[in-house]
Amino acid sequence: MLNFIQVLIDAAALGSLYALVALAIGLVFGIMRLINFAQGDYLTIGAYSLVVPTASVTPPLLFGALPWPLMVAAVLATCMIAALLTERIAFRPLRNANPATLLISSFAVSYFLQHALMLVHTGRPKSVAIGASLAQAIDIFGVRIPGLQLVTMITTVTLLIAFVILLKKTAIGIQMRAAAENFQMARLLGVKANKVIAFGFALSGFLAGTVSLLLVAQTGTLDIRMGIMPVIYAFFATVIGGMGSLAGAALGGFLVGVTSVLLQAYLPPDLRPFRDAGVFALVILILLAYPKGLIPSSASRERV
Amino acid sequence: MSTVAQDGGLHARDVHVAFGGLKALKGVDLKLKRGEVLGLIGPNGAGKTTMVNVLTGFQAATSGDVTLDGRSLSGLGPRNVARAGVARSFQAARLFRDLTVRQNLEVAGIGSGKKRKEARGLADALLDWIGCGNKSDLLAGSLPYGDERRIGIARALALSPKYVLLDEPASGMNDQECDALMRLIAEIPDRFDCGVLLIEHNMQVVMGACRRVHVLDNGKSLAEGTPAEMRANAEVRRAYLGTKSDRGQLI
Repeated sequence: MLNFIQVLIDAAALGSLYALVALAIGLVFGIMRLINFAQGDYLTIGAYSLVVPTASVTPPLLFGALPWPLMVAAVLATCMIAALLTERIAFRPLRNANPATLLISSFAVSYFLQHALMLVHTGRPKSVAIGASLAQAIDIFGVRIPGLQLVTMITTVTLLIAFVILLKKTAIGIQMRAAAENFQMARLLGVKANKVIAFGFALSGFLAGTVSLLLVAQTGTLDIRMGIMPVIYAFFATVIGGMGSLAGAALGGFLVGVTSVLLQAYLPPDLRPFRDAGVFALVILILLAYPKGLIPSSASRERV
Repeated sequence: MSTVAQDGGLHARDVHVAFGGLKALKGVDLKLKRGEVLGLIGPNGAGKTTMVNVLTGFQAATSGDVTLDGRSLSGLGPRNVARAGVARSFQAARLFRDLTVRQNLEVAGIGSGKKRKEARGLADALLDWIGCGNKSDLLAGSLPYGDERRIGIARALALSPKYVLLDEPASGMNDQECDALMRLIAEIPDRFDCGVLLIEHNMQVVMGACRRVHVLDNGKSLAEGTPAEMRANAEVRRAYLGTKSDRGQLI
């Protein structure tokens, strides 16, 4: 029983991470119909900003050497700047392009960023230790919860609540939701496209920075391709949640993460290498039952 | 009279629109003043919707010009025309379904440069005015049709426009709703210092809300005058007698 609870906590922590990435992808998709695969690379850039660019596999720390509040702020800022730059340079000129063109260009941006990082940091995986104090487990009613998982879950819940308030209560949030539902109409009513889209990208960068910190603290490794799997999982999460629906993206991310951990824990050992296949089977099953996703957005209702 | 006063108003001069070989508008002259409700009527296919699209920048005129208080609107496009002060409502209200009713109006208020508080205050005032004050926290997607239409008009007014163009606001409404709508439309010029161009099939609403009516037929301006003059105008009667739907109501 205790073991099961531990597994559930693992599952919830990973689900939280995917929910954050999915939320970022859903946010940008909602506003400009771009499935941004470069989202994973913002995360990678944020992670690499912790260390000084060298060829070493145990590089000296850069932002990682700062006191933790400054480190968090520096990594978040790095990811937000990366997101804003890609928006300005790569995606803004394509704003009126169709979603397929946008998708392909996001692949191009993603490859570009990965290779740019490789030029600076080399392609070898590196190790980095941050957040060592979070490794300690906290005992709650006999269940030992690693501090980091607790932080991950608390951060996710806090961010989700903050996002709900931001989107429902603030002027920019209301404009973003209006633009996500009907971009043309929102612009006719004076909503400024550049501002709303840049804000969406900044938020997606903020989320990428958060995930990169939590992920690096957990794994202690840096890899040029570390953003790829989270972004693929998060993409599936937004699909099963309902494209364009933020609540759906968060829920989908959570489901995908939880399923992944449960399969890892309870599949017979011989089948564990096929864990991802199990997750994708879940995606297919959910889409068969709910073709528009679990929580479809109004925009998708109208378009069909 | 100063030149500004002479050129004041939303003024279309000799507007032509051709879609390939099809001539939708063949010379329309129309002037909307800030303090009035002008009706724009005509049989189906007369070019009313095309005219609205030209006035709001959705459709470029093939020739001719539209000016707003003396300034040409040619080539501006719908967003800049809206920013210049010409708002419109749509036949389908096109509300943001996932936003609350109040937020739908707030988007327009904020978009036209108001502070959040000001936008909210205006939204509440507009909703009270149209009788939807008790529905401001409902999701717009959950509303009955008649409410949706009135809120679409209120949202256009939340932009604080100089002129508002209402595209068949009464369509699909019952008689009671039409009466209420007619009174609201008639109040707009004084209450919001905003001229209204009312495109409408329902002649009761047009006759009740407008002091002046402009008749389009076959892409051309056919006549303009008071509702009573239009009722008595032989040419207008002939244009309408050719069609079935509006004949009884006009005469």
